[in-house]
Amino acid sequence: MLLGRTANGLYWMSRYIERAENMARLLDAGLRMALTRTASSSEEWNSVVVSAGCDFAFRARHPEVSATAVADFLLRDITNPSSVLASIETARSNARMVRTALTRDTWESINEAWMAIRRALAKPVDQRDLTTVLDLVKRETAQIRGTFHGTMLRNEIFDFAQLGTFIERADNTARILDVKYYVLLPSIHWVGSSLDNYQWESILRSVSAHRSYRWVYEADYRPTNIAEYLILDARMPRSLAFCYRSIADSLRFLADAYGARHACHDSAAAIQAKLRGGTIKEVFDTGLHEFLAGFIQDNNRLGDEVARHYRFY
Amino acid sequence: MVAFDEMKPDTSGIRRPYSGYDSWLKDQDTARLAEKMRDAERVFRKTGITFAVYGEAEAAERLIPFDIVPRIISGQEWRKLTQGIEQRVQALNAFLDDIYHRQEILRAGRVPKELIANNEAFLPEMIGVRPPGGVYTHIIGTDIVRTGEDEFFVLEDNARTPSGVSYMLENRETMMQLFPELFQRVKVRPVEDYPKLLRQSLAAVRPAAVKGNATIAVLTPGLYNSAYFEHAFLADQMGVELVEGQDLRVVDGHVAMRTTEGYKQIDVLYRRVDDAFLDPLTFNPDSALGVPGIMDVYRAGNITIANAPGTGIADDKAIYSYMPDIIEFYTGRKAILGNIPTWRCSEPDSLKYVLEHLSELVVKEVHGSGGYGMLVGPTATKKEREDFGKKLAARPSNYIAQPTLALSTCPILTEKGLAPRHVDLRPYVLVSDRIQIVPGGLTRVALKEGSLVVNSSQGGGTKDTWVLDD
Repeated sequence: MLLGRTANGLYWMSRYIERAENMARLLDAGLRMALTRTASSSEEWNSVVVSAGCDFAFRARHPEVSATAVADFLLRDITNPSSVLASIETARSNARMVRTALTRDTWESINEAWMAIRRALAKPVDQRDLTTVLDLVKRETAQIRGTFHGTMLRNEIFDFAQLGTFIERADNTARILDVKYYVLLPSIHWVGSSLDNYQWESILRSVSAHRSYRWVYEADYRPTNIAEYLILDARMPRSLAFCYRSIADSLRFLADAYGARHACHDSAAAIQAKLRGGTIKEVFDTGLHEFLAGFIQDNNRLGDEVARHYRFY
Repeated sequence: MVAFDEMKPDTSGIRRPYSGYDSWLKDQDTARLAEKMRDAERVFRKTGITFAVYGEAEAAERLIPFDIVPRIISGQEWRKLTQGIEQRVQALNAFLDDIYHRQEILRAGRVPKELIANNEAFLPEMIGVRPPGGVYTHIIGTDIVRTGEDEFFVLEDNARTPSGVSYMLENRETMMQLFPELFQRVKVRPVEDYPKLLRQSLAAVRPAAVKGNATIAVLTPGLYNSAYFEHAFLADQMGVELVEGQDLRVVDGHVAMRTTEGYKQIDVLYRRVDDAFLDPLTFNPDSALGVPGIMDVYRAGNITIANAPGTGIADDKAIYSYMPDIIEFYTGRKAILGNIPTWRCSEPDSLKYVLEHLSELVVKEVHGSGGYGMLVGPTATKKEREDFGKKLAARPSNYIAQPTLALSTCPILTEKGLAPRHVDLRPYVLVSDRIQIVPGGLTRVALKEGSLVVNSSQGGGTKDTWVLDD
């Protein structure tokens, strides 16, 4: 037996932990790019803001794009609901709300992450300390995930939290790919060619896949390969296919536990079928942007359906 | 004013209950103790054992300072205290039943009628309602102060929604983590059964129609309530749901909670929401914290609400002064635990006395709590006393006054070593078909030297409270 409000709290707790981590990874990739690039870095920082999905809000607060402004906005700005600080606050407040559903270890790891991150972000972060702070955020969120997986009972509580994690992650990967791809691709005719451009690494780096990509493709960064890897490769833990395998698992466990299937089960199965059966050629035939935009929409709709069927509100 | 120190009352040495602890203490290094004190704070921070102070934006969540020197009570002292508390709790329940039915105590003239009729804590909606199991106040935290070897007094009855029991449990847990060897040397009676007893106690007063297991839930006003940690803690420890008003609605004549599989009936609600917010259809219409229609379900006998609505009439500060009469009226015996002499400022002679002796008295608002809106005469400035005197003269019936008691002291660890500070004691009582008192309670301590205000909202701290198994 689980309260609808508790399921809702678990779902958003996980989404925001995931978001805090993704934001740190995105900034890390941007930082890396700015350091290795010879030309003006403002373009790169601009693409970080766009990938984070908050360019409009950013522009309302900062007239110019600079490393300092972007880092501050994505890390510390509490008016930006997706900043690391705002995300960890929201995650912790949801965790407090569902505290009785969490193991003591899980609650304490979230509470400690919140304390550590809040301390680290209490003052503007000096550029020289940025890497240290980003490492801290990644470490703290990894710690939460480790404790969660190591101590939580595999029941519906676990499933609702997993749904939050993977719906958020799928959204994040799809958005990064959509934005960066078109920022970086010189012309659509280059799609199939091999590009010796370290910028491509930034896409992979923002989803921590720059090493594993080479294990799989052993070659240069080829736009089609990158897209295939992030969309269809179910072995890659941040790919859309991987996220949807986890989502489908969690939904199946819920259906078994409650003895009832809902429309959200069919929606998830439909999305998963597209990812499992599809080839990257078909994706490009549809148009990558159209494909990703459709995916982001379906993914959001699935989140709403889960909330409705399991009485989050 | 010389206070009775519970560890070392005079030069003659250590009092017996503290002898075991004292011999352990002699072997301890002060620097190590100070380190342990910091450990304790880290544990509390990490666990999130915090409370909110209303009106303080920055420190939205604060720790209640914890002191590592235990407050120790002998088995014999405890027996006397529990007898007194049981008698008092019986009287409180009998009084509530009477007040909401035949009102014999009013007819007998032992308690003035207008004290009930004009009292906000009295709920006319409860007239003629008999709660499941006949229990009105299920969970009570009796505040007790000590002034000498055999002098214990009840300061307040806290019969509506006493808080702090989670600190009793966490303080013990922390002490056992910090000083495991100490618990080998001194035999202390355990308190950790409390959540289990609370659950059993609540289940025992379920509505008569509920056969089999009762579904129990704790109702909290939510995350931003000062005692939210405790609400979550108790629900967790009891293994019951923690619900908010938004989770509940009336379905087919029962209160039900919204779960991921639909609405599920609740039989017993341990509510930590005040009467006024319980049911917007009956009480405060703006309340979003309660459940519309829950009072109808309650009157139909389909849910147990603990504590019952309207119990506040029994721990009202104006009623307090009549407690010795109330106890005698219902139990036929004199009160085992005394009251503190109280002047009711509504009575002209008393008001005159109080105004003339403000510098010696503690004056409290009848409906206040948490140490707000009170005057501690001896430590107040002349200006504060004058200002307070004006408020008092304008609305005398709003106040009571009591002598400033030399509350007993117990040592705390300060930067300069052990130093005595004033303490009080709140044992927790559970009432169902029986009365149970967990051996221990919450000791609150005024951390400022000489201060008599122990409330956590006013800078007080807490201690682990030991009842010896001797």
